Parts: sequence; structure tokens; C-alpha cells
Amino acid sequence: MNFQQADMVIVGGGGAGLRAAIAAAEANPRLDILLLSKVYPMRSHTVAAEGGCAGVIQPHDSFDAHFDDTVSGGDWLCDQDVVDYFVRHATEENLRLEHWGCPWSRKPDGSINVRAFGGMKIERTWFAADKSGFHILHTLFQTSLKYPSIRRCDEYFCTDLLVEDGACAGIQAIDMRNGSHTVIAASAVILATGGAARVYRYNTNGGIVTGDGMALAYRQGVPLRDMEFVQYHPTGLPGSGILITEAARGEGGVLTNRDGYRYLQDYGLGPETPLGEPRNKYMELGPRDRLSQAFWHEAQAGRALATRRGEAVNLDLRHLGEARINERLPFIRELARTYVNVDAVYEPIPVRPTAHYTMGGIQTDRHTATALPGLFAAGECASVGLHGANRLGSNSLAELGVFGRVAGEQAAARAGQGPVLDPQRLLAQAEDNAARLDALRESSGSESLAAIRDAMARAMEEGAGIFRLPGQLQQTCTAIAELKERYRKLGLVDRSRAFNTEWLNAIELGYLLDVAEAMAHAALARQESRGSHQRPEDFPRRDDAQFLKHSLVYRAADVPRLDWQDVVITRSQPAERHYGDAGQQEAKP
Amino acid sequence: MTDKVTVRVQRYRPEEDAAPWEQSFEVPYSEDLSILDALNQIKDQQDPTLSHRWSCRMAICGSCGVMVNNEPRLACKTFLRDYRDRGPVQVRALDNFPIERDLVSDISGLVEHLETVQPWLIRARESPVGEGAYLQTPEQMQRYAAFGQCINCGLCYAACPQFGRDPAFLGPGALALAQRYNLDSRDEGAAQRMQWLNADVGVWSCTFVGYCSEVCPKDVDPAAAINRGKVASDLNYAVNLFNILRGKDNA
Ligand SMILES: Cc1cc2nc3c(=O)[nH]c(=O)nc-3n(C[C@H](O)[C@H](O)[C@H](O)COP(=O)(O)OP(=O)(O)OC[C@H]3O[C@@H](n4cnc5c(N)ncnc54)[C@H](O)[C@@H]3O)c2cc1C
Ligand code: SF4
Ligand code: FES
Repeated sequence: MNFQQADMVIVGGGGAGLRAAIAAAEANPRLDILLLSKVYPMRSHTVAAEGGCAGVIQPHDSFDAHFDDTVSGGDWLCDQDVVDYFVRHATEENLRLEHWGCPWSRKPDGSINVRAFGGMKIERTWFAADKSGFHILHTLFQTSLKYPSIRRCDEYFCTDLLVEDGACAGIQAIDMRNGSHTVIAASAVILATGGAARVYRYNTNGGIVTGDGMALAYRQGVPLRDMEFVQYHPTGLPGSGILITEAARGEGGVLTNRDGYRYLQDYGLGPETPLGEPRNKYMELGPRDRLSQAFWHEAQAGRALATRRGEAVNLDLRHLGEARINERLPFIRELARTYVNVDAVYEPIPVRPTAHYTMGGIQTDRHTATALPGLFAAGECASVGLHGANRLGSNSLAELGVFGRVAGEQAAARAGQGPVLDPQRLLAQAEDNAARLDALRESSGSESLAAIRDAMARAMEEGAGIFRLPGQLQQTCTAIAELKERYRKLGLVDRSRAFNTEWLNAIELGYLLDVAEAMAHAALARQESRGSHQRPEDFPRRDDAQFLKHSLVYRAADVPRLDWQDVVITRSQPAERHYGDAGQQEAKP
Repeated sequence: MTDKVTVRVQRYRPEEDAAPWEQSFEVPYSEDLSILDALNQIKDQQDPTLSHRWSCRMAICGSCGVMVNNEPRLACKTFLRDYRDRGPVQVRALDNFPIERDLVSDISGLVEHLETVQPWLIRARESPVGEGAYLQTPEQMQRYAAFGQCINCGLCYAACPQFGRDPAFLGPGALALAQRYNLDSRDEGAAQRMQWLNADVGVWSCTFVGYCSEVCPKDVDPAAAINRGKVASDLNYAVNLFNILRGKDNA
């Protein structure tokens, strides 16, 4: 067992983790900051974000307008004090990225350009062509190299949080290169481990996005909040689920069914907007949950296209022309060519909804602190209360900057101030954990890792997908419980220690099952339809009287325990969400 | 009967193998199947002890570089359909890097080289964020745009004979990254970075083979970046060299 000490540890080298590290290094240059990640930071899934990052910048835009779009987009389940803080700090984070070198796309005069994005009434999405996440991540990684106080443990896989006397006292990790166990003692720990959409079969997420931090916190009694809210992105490639960014529609792309008809006008998003004139909050620029649901209905009605990679609709960019596609959407052209053999300049791209984003996560207060003293969380793994029941595209990249910074500053303030840690006690805890992990590596049960993983992903898609139908949702809860049972009888083949990915994948599967369980049970408990959580058969309407509340899931022996938390409402009272013309007639509250 | 393709995968487990060896697998063929899909299928269904790196499966995270039939490739952007008629497909860890395990290379040297070139915006005076964005026109951005597309996949390092001979050579990716900042109108750090470009391990080590640019999956053209570095460090010599080798003046 190796032992190291640091003033603070950040688990995760994506956008949130890197931003936190830099903020901590700037807040107190004397701190020893350890940034630990199971992949080299630039491999983190932030790299795959395409569309852009929100922040008010145009003169006719306002913080209030960004606030309204976010709160109504989230179907009033956002904590409004958090949204207020967020909209006021998003732009400065984007500017900071610019000062660190992020190549945001520009207007001819050299000033920042912004694009339209779904659910945003005014253009406020900063973008770097269609590789916004790639540029943000590389800029943050490269900038982090300037700070000598940021130490990295690349390819270290976090297996446990260490808790002493009711406070987080550090973490434990496997050094992937040789499979050895390491304790890192620290009085402040930030989880920035990203999302969990790998619990679903078709998803836009990388293989590493397995909900690790959520499960780690959950196992220590920290509640997961709003886990039933999972966003389906309406435009993924059939087969793989690879994302075709919403910016494709922001730039003017349209969706058509097998008859070539722009079907969104039949789902309260019309009237049809003229080709080449996308209009905010209309048609293709309606919110993601509505668009994914519309696809489901079209497919039910037999109006989807049958492709050899499954059902799809068409995303047509042809009218944009080659020059604009190359300037604004070069990566989309490359992806469509490579993965479905379609050149978007000449043919429409087949697309279908695919699981994309976890609105919920580790419950934190607005300062990113969790219920466990010394433990903070930021980024997609956290539920700070920003996204409510449905995240608006481009708010999540902005969240990484705003709340990554807050987490870094908060953790820095606590670092070195917690109780004095006793290495012996930590090591004793860690030895127990190591024994459990090594037993898993040597397990010789009858169950296969791939079979359990695939069964979980199918069960989640069937019962906890775009629509949650009563019998199916219950079945999913049962299926996950059975799979957790089967997981105990896992048999692994690889007994070695050096870069043993079978072992690490098995640990990840344990995390995924915990997260799936929390999602399914929260979905079952929320007896209403709101945002991305839709129960059209048994509870088709939003029910503010009972459910204008965050769900909290606590781990328990058999079935998880559910609790509810009030939503912070400061100035926007719940109203109906309207898009298209209906949204125009609605007086804004 | 489904069509099968033979994939010959390099194996090496440091705890039990004295040297790398090769194992053959049969994978059901389909037109969409990438090398990465094939490796994942092998791991799931045939031999769970196979280790390889991957994440995004959309050619942007840079994890999955391997040699496919002796060529450096991204496994997720390379398809079995393109090798069908050429017999078995051979997959091994990237050349020029030490092997950690199976298809996993030790790329720590590459990451250290990236860190060496000071890849961050350097300014004499940093303006406060409150003063707004630095201006940069699309044309100014165009000057460094290609060099900013690097995903640190290491394919160019596997292609580079000089890096193969001398792992201290900063190599195409890191030198392209240095140029990404040197050519950025907002940056004032070129003089500072020159110590690295000009060092023994910098641009002058390059013997202009140009294979790095050929294998780059992101059209970064690191060879051109190195030439711009030579231009910066010795204008006349480099312009001449560039003209001779490329038959055009791009500097
Ligand atoms: C394809 C795609 C496109 C998107 N496009 C947009 C967009 O245009 N606009 C927008 O606002 N949002 C977008 N999003 C959402 C947004 O990109 C993500 O929410 C965000 O990048 C998550 O960042 P993060 O820092 O929280 O996590 P990540 O970037 O996922 O990083 C997680 C980090 O945690 C580490 N980690 C995880 N588990 C462990 C462990 N057990 N041990 C050690 N380390 C661990 C990983 O190695 C990684 O470094 C998109 C998402 C996807 C999938
Ligand atoms: S220059 Fe190209 S080949 Fe080399 S590391 Fe970067 S992306 Fe990979
Ligand atoms: S898996 Fe990310 S580049 Fe291939």
C-alpha cells in the first residue's frame, strides 16, 4: 500500500476538474494540489463536446433572459439562486478561457461570435467551430501546466473515498500501470468525474463515462439528487449513438421524417420556419426533451426511416452549402462521413435520439459542498441545482467553468484546515478496501461482465428511457436489483495487475449499477411528467403540488431510500413551458 | 454463414511474458466495424484479458492509437472494410513507445514533451477579464488553426524515425503545439519557446521525412509546423529547404 499526502485532491481531469485545480492554485499558490484521473486529462469526455458554451454577451441580451430560459427550460426544477449566480459568472469564465488561449470563433472584426442553441431565446452560445469541448479541454489542460503546485496522477483509478470521524479524509486509487493500491490523504476532496450515460445502450458518451464519482459519494451516504432526469439528445448517429451537435440545427439544419416532412410542427413547436432561417425556440430549436419525444411518436406512427443501423429521421444540412458547413460544422461532416458514410453537403444525415446527459448527480449546496464535510463536487457528476428537469444545451460547459472555479476555491479554503489525519487509521481502512478489490480481481463466479453490462443498458433503455411506461419502469427496477445480485457472482479471467482493464471495467460496472439503481428508483418515485422525465400513461402531467421538489436517493441495504428537497424559487413562479408560437403569446412571468 | 475476418493482435503481459507475441482471433465482418469495435468484441466475447485504451470512439480523445498493418492509425477511425482483401489484419502497439501491456503504450514521454514547450498563452501583461476579449480576426486565427487541432494521439511519433532513434527529440506533436501558440496573435512567448525549438532536441533534429503529416488523423500537418519553426529559427535556411522540399513558398 502506497501512501501520499496532499493538501487537496481533485478526482477528474475534465473541464470541471482542471478548472478547479487552476482556481485552487491561484487562490493559494502554497497548496499542494493533486489532480488524479483514470485517463490523461485531455482524453476526458469534455473533449467530445461540440456545440458550445453559454454566456450573455450581446447588447440586447441580459442575465435575466438567460435566467428565464434556464429556469423554464428546466421546467422550474432549478434552484433559482444557483441559476442567478451561474448566469452572472458564465461570461467571465468564457472570457478567462479566451485569455488562456481558447480559440472561440470570431466575427470578421475579431470580436466573439455566438450562435443560436435550442431553448435559448437569444444567441449566447460561444463556440469554437464544432469542437468547443475539445478546445476548452486542451486550453485548460495546457494552462494548468503553468502552475507548479498542480501535481498529476495520470491513469490512476479512484476506488474509494476515505472517511474518518464523519469527514472526508482522502481517497484511494489503483495505479493502473502496475495495479498497486495508493492512499492519498487530504482534508479536501473534489469529485469531478463526469456523467453516467453509459448506463444506457445508445449514448453519446465515451467508454470512461461510468458514473464513478456519483457511486463513490452514494456509497458514503451522500444523496444523489434528481437522478431520474436523463437527457436524450435528439440527434445521435444510429448504431453508435455518436453525437451530431445541436449546432447543426442552430446553423439551420432541419429534421424530416420518411415523407420529407418537417414533423416538429405537429408537436407544438411550429409553425414551420423557412429553410435557412432558424428561429430560437421554434421547430428544430425547441428543447431537447420535446424533440426526442417527437421522434418517439413519429417512430410509433411508422414515419421514421428504416436504416440498416435502426430507425432514424433525417437531419438535412444541404441547404447550408459546402462553405458554411466547412466553416461552422467541419467535425460533423467528418463524423458523418466516417461513421455513416454520408457527406452532409450532398445527403441528409440519419439521426435518432440517444442518451446524453445526466441532469442529476451528487447533491451539493450552491458552494459545491456535499453533505460529507471535506467533500466537494462539480461538473456533470454534481447536482448543484442548475439544470432542473432538463438542461439547456451549452449550459453544461459553462457550468464547468463557473462551478469548477467555486469548487477549487472552496476546497482551497478548507485544505490544510481539516482535522489532523492519522495515517495508520487511513491505511487500515484502505487495506480492507484493497482486500475487497483484489478479491474481485480473483473472482471466479459464473457471471460474465459483458452480459451484465449489456442487460443493464437494455433494461435502462426500455424502462427508464425517453418515455417511462408503468409496467416497464417497474421491471427495470427489478432487473437492476437482479443484475446487482448477479454482479456478486462475477467471474473474471485476468488475474494480472498491470493495466488490467477487465478488473477496472468490473469496478466501473459496480458504479454503473449503483447509478442505474438510483435513476430507476427516482423515476419510479416521481409520479408526474416534467422535463426529460415523462410518464405519459400513468402520470402525464406536471404536478407542482406534490413534486415541485428535488428527489434525493440514499443508498440502503435492499431498495434505496427516497427523500425530497424543496426547490429554491426566488422570482420565477412555475408556469407552462411553451415553445413555437405558443411561447410567443405567453407573457413571461 | 457470416463472413469472418482474422485479426492478429499483439499481446504482452509484463508479469508473464518475456517478449511480445501474437494471437489470432476471428471476428464476424460487417461494413461498419472499426478496428476498435473488433477489439472490444474480442475482449467481450473471446478473451477478456486483452487490454487496449479507448474512450470517445469518435476520433477526438486520442486514446486509441495502434499500428494497423504497420501503419499508425486511430483504431476507432479505421475500418475492417478497408483491409478486407488484404488477408489478416495485424494490430500492435504504437511503434517507438515502450509497451506497457498488449496494445497499451507508455506515452509518458510524449506528454512530457508537450509540457516542455510551454503550451500556454504567454503575455507581458495579462489584461483583467473585465477588459473583455482580446481581438483576433478569423484570418489571424487561421494562421494557427491547423496546429491547434492536435489530439495528442501520438501517431506522428510512431511514424517519426528521429523519435525512434532518440526519444528525447521533442517530436512532431509537441513542436506543432509550440507553433500553435507562437503563431497566435495574442501570444508573446515565441522568444521564450525558441530555446526549445532551437535546442538539440528541437526542430533541427527533424530530417524532414514528412511521414508524420501523412499519418496525422486531424490534418495538423506537424511537418509544416516544424518547418515554420525552422523558418523562425533560421529564416534563410528554412525558406530554402521548404522551397526545395515542397516546391512552394508557404512561409
Ligand atoms: C458528445 C457530447 C457533446 C456535448 N456537447 C456539449 C455542448 O456543446 N455544450 C455543453 O454545454 N455541453 C455539452 N456536453 C456536455 C458536457 O460536455 C459535459 O457535461 C462536460 O464536459 C462534463 O465535464 P466534466 O468535467 O464534469 O467531466 P468529464 O470531462 O467527463 O471528465 C471526467 C473526469 O473524471 C475522471 N474520472 C472519472 N472516474 C474516475 C475514477 N474512478 N478515477 C479517476 N478518475 C476518474 C475521468 O478520467 C475524467 O478526467 C456534451 C456532452 C457530450 C457527451
Ligand atoms: S500532430 Fe496529428 S498525429 Fe501527431 S499527435 Fe497531433 S493529432 Fe496525433
Ligand atoms: S477512442 Fe477516442 S480517438 Fe479513438
